[in-house]
Amino acid sequence: MKFNKYIVLVIVFFALVILLAIGLSLDPREVPSPLINKAAPDFSLPVLESQNPKELLQSNTNSKDNAEKVVNNLNNISPRDLKGKFWLLNVWATWCISCRAEHTLLVDFANKNPDVTIIGLNYKEVRGDSDIDSSKMSEETERSLADSRAKKWLVERGNPYDWVAMDLNGRIGIDYGVYGVPETYLIDKEGIIRMKHTGPLTPEIINSKILPTIKSLGM
Amino acid sequence: MQKFLISNLKISVISIVLFSVLFILTNANFYASEITESATATNPLHEKRLQNLSAEFRCLVCQNQTIADSDADLAVDLRKEIRTMIADGKTDEQIIDFMTERYGDFVLYRPPFKAQTALLWLLPAAFFAIGVMIFFNFVTKNKRSSQQNSNENSNNISENKLSAEELQQAKDLLK
Amino acid sequence: MWIELAHFALISAMFIALFAGVISLVGAAKNKVAQMAIAKPSSILVCLLVSLSFAALINAFVNDDFSVLYVANHSNTLLPLIYKVSAVWGGHEGSLLLWILMLTWWSALVAVLSKKLPYEMLARILGVLNLVAFGFLLFILATSNPFLRILPAVFEGRDLNPLLQDPGLAIHPPLLYLGYVGFSVAYAFAVAALLSGKLDSAWARWSRPWTTAAWAFLTLGIMVGSWWSYYELGWGGWWFWDPVENASLMPWLVGTALMHSLAVTEKRGLFRHWTILLAISAFSLSLLGTFLVRSGVLTSVHAFATDPSRGLFILLFLVAVIGSSLILFAWRASKLQAQQSQNNPEKAISAFSIFSTESLLLVNNILLVVVCATVLLGTLYPLIVDVFNVGKISVGPPYFNAVFVPLMLPILLLVAIVNYSKWKQSSIMQNVLKNKLVIAYFVISLILAIIIPIVLNKQNSEQILLEKNNSILVEICLFAGIFLAINTIINTLIRIKQQASLFSVPMAFYGMQIAHFGLAIFVIGATIVSTYEIEKDIKLSAGESVTILDYTFKLNSIKIVEGANYSAAQGDFDLIQNNQVVNKLYPEKRNYFSSTMPMTEAAIDIGFWRDVYVSLAEPIDKDKPLDAWAMRIYYKPCVDWLWLGCLLMAVGGIISILDRRYRKGIVKQ
Repeated sequence: MKFNKYIVLVIVFFALVILLAIGLSLDPREVPSPLINKAAPDFSLPVLESQNPKELLQSNTNSKDNAEKVVNNLNNISPRDLKGKFWLLNVWATWCISCRAEHTLLVDFANKNPDVTIIGLNYKEVRGDSDIDSSKMSEETERSLADSRAKKWLVERGNPYDWVAMDLNGRIGIDYGVYGVPETYLIDKEGIIRMKHTGPLTPEIINSKILPTIKSLGM
Repeated sequence: MQKFLISNLKISVISIVLFSVLFILTNANFYASEITESATATNPLHEKRLQNLSAEFRCLVCQNQTIADSDADLAVDLRKEIRTMIADGKTDEQIIDFMTERYGDFVLYRPPFKAQTALLWLLPAAFFAIGVMIFFNFVTKNKRSSQQNSNENSNNISENKLSAEELQQAKDLLK
Repeated sequence: MWIELAHFALISAMFIALFAGVISLVGAAKNKVAQMAIAKPSSILVCLLVSLSFAALINAFVNDDFSVLYVANHSNTLLPLIYKVSAVWGGHEGSLLLWILMLTWWSALVAVLSKKLPYEMLARILGVLNLVAFGFLLFILATSNPFLRILPAVFEGRDLNPLLQDPGLAIHPPLLYLGYVGFSVAYAFAVAALLSGKLDSAWARWSRPWTTAAWAFLTLGIMVGSWWSYYELGWGGWWFWDPVENASLMPWLVGTALMHSLAVTEKRGLFRHWTILLAISAFSLSLLGTFLVRSGVLTSVHAFATDPSRGLFILLFLVAVIGSSLILFAWRASKLQAQQSQNNPEKAISAFSIFSTESLLLVNNILLVVVCATVLLGTLYPLIVDVFNVGKISVGPPYFNAVFVPLMLPILLLVAIVNYSKWKQSSIMQNVLKNKLVIAYFVISLILAIIIPIVLNKQNSEQILLEKNNSILVEICLFAGIFLAINTIINTLIRIKQQASLFSVPMAFYGMQIAHFGLAIFVIGATIVSTYEIEKDIKLSAGESVTILDYTFKLNSIKIVEGANYSAAQGDFDLIQNNQVVNKLYPEKRNYFSSTMPMTEAAIDIGFWRDVYVSLAEPIDKDKPLDAWAMRIYYKPCVDWLWLGCLLMAVGGIISILDRRYRKGIVKQ
């Protein structure tokens, strides 16, 4: 009888071990987004100067039709402007070191997938840089500094973005649950967020998550 | 067997009630809170609410501090945001909802009571009840087996009585 | 060369531990004296070898030998000498070496000091300890070797994490490990009993001092860790329910239960299964803690460089050590005989009334285990939810505080009542309910518990009453703490008067009362500081001041100061009370040359009744660090009672080990 009673302990212990063993393969730091399958939070942000930032690039090998964009003579951009299209929201900043690694991938992706719109959310370009003291800057100074830094960076490294929205104070980032730049969201034609990836993009993520999701939801 | 189950059931119900009483005594607010959500409240009041609230949220950057204590940029931004919301007259529930809509339940250090966390909040009472049951079972078993033992012993003792001869010998020795 | 010798010593120690462990266990089973005789010298030899290798590592650090990878990663030529030594256990590999060092020291001590232990029992105990040492050494040599070379050697090391460059954090791991690892002795005693099939009061009496010593060290280790985080991290907190803090609390809770259970087993031969299970659990929880900290399974502020392969190895080690002992327990527990029963049939199963001391201790034990299970649940729950893919949640201080307090309260009340209970009989009801003194204590405690919050609330009226002041939690906890304190003091005095002399009261009694009194102090301190602390976030420039209650903090200036391996902005504060400067405070924000994260060095004015605490957050203008700063000022009433209470608990433990019973080895039949 006693044997039976104490066997429970052994069973509980081994269940615990299995739990821990599975735990070894998980990442406790990864935070899933509660915004999946919900509407992309609305915003209206100033666009990086120049209606078609892609024109900054000297050699534009992009075969996209630019006419569309010329029509949308935007000063501000909002998710409502993008209804009817699949789009990626890529959160980035020039001070973000991991963003550099994923940038070439993004440029590549943009070239290979011209029908996916890519919006860059430039996140706290000036305030997020610990080398700059922005506490006494005026709004205009901050805005133009951010614009020039972003432009310079895109010229140097290539521009995958159809538009770049400037989130100077990070408030829109909070609405999207941004906590670690870079982050990328995939939003569908109805404006529903379908996927979020935290951290730099990798070929695996693009091939195993982004592309299949786009295909399955139908272009 | 049935008696065993019934008595254990009674004990576990009583223990759960006892635990609940203790839990409520130590966690409930018995006085009306002096902190109101009025937008016209003074600043120190807001600061206190900010302190209380931001201690409930986890900083997602470092993940091992509250938003109150973290120096990370995001924490600073969120504190500012919460302060604005308090000044706008938002209730605690509204602020918590704001945070969970954007960051999920992960951001709450106090897990909400949901299906996924039901076990978390209910098991302590169950552990307490199991503990009390183990105690009573142990005591009952101890009483029973020691009664058995003393019954056996009283039988043995009669066998161990000294024979008349030995009794005489003992008396002689004790003179 | 010494490093290679040290490496070799470690490998030899591993093999010796393996062979000696197996041989002495086999010898004990077969009753072969020659084989059992191996146990004692081998334990001592293994201890020597591991000590030598540890010494070699210290030597490498002190001499800046950056050809050793571990030294290069954790040290720096500019590091002050004392921290070069503490850096030895500042990283994963070295801390594991410290772990095994403690294990071998405990084993050697058991080998040398257990003169009265039966031969085969000692052989079994040392055999088990040797096998545990083998497993751990295998783990170190296979996955976490501190003796790896980096060639070519680097010229300068990476430096010790600045957070660790602190005296508190230098002694925290050794104390903590002495405690954690010390429970391995209780574990070995338990397994030896299961293997031999015999467990009696003598067994309990022999294992008690070892267990109590380990418990005392663990208490000190946790205390230092908490105190360190209070003064170093700058947020004024002292317990965060972080997974690693919980990992040290759980063995402590079970260890406390074990100590008390051993008391019953020693005096009355009862609770034998329970005691063995607790002994196995205490060490198991220590090992579980080791796993949680180093495997990366939970996020924690203590993260060592985590590596799932190391985690897997520790998990296997856990299965081997805990799994085998639990299976052994399930199999052999019912066959355990008390030797007493062969001599005294009447005493075979001792009866005890439901209101006796045994009963109280049993309730106390069970409650402690329930608390431990709850803490374990909360710590592992995020993982459980993640594994079953139902989401990602966090379980933090609000949860733990909510469930911990209601469970601890009954324990506190029981500890107070134990002064009135007797072994075996139910005199407690008569004693407690009819004893006029006890009723007086009850009433006094109740009155104080109600008055003190009223007084303190008035004092804090300038601050906003927090929601937590609106519950009756304060009154309840204060009552429990004060009631316990009064009972402990008065009953000690009564006992001294009864025995007419201070020295005829047994040390064990003093130890118990001091430890229980320490617990009361801790509880009162925790209640008061959590409820009545005042925190202010403010911006100050030179010449400005801020007030909390009757203290004024005047910032005179901010200067830049240079340390051995850092440069800091230092504030010069006058602490003014009643228009007199009572102290000067110099909080710093340090930038260590080797790290990008600035470190806060808080300035604290320590007092029995309160601490006042200033810490610098950041400069308002990063380019002007001598101007205004954002900072935090705290008023912490009774905060030092927390650590005073812990210290008293540990002291109580040590004193009870000094009891005559253990020193003279009197065997009670």
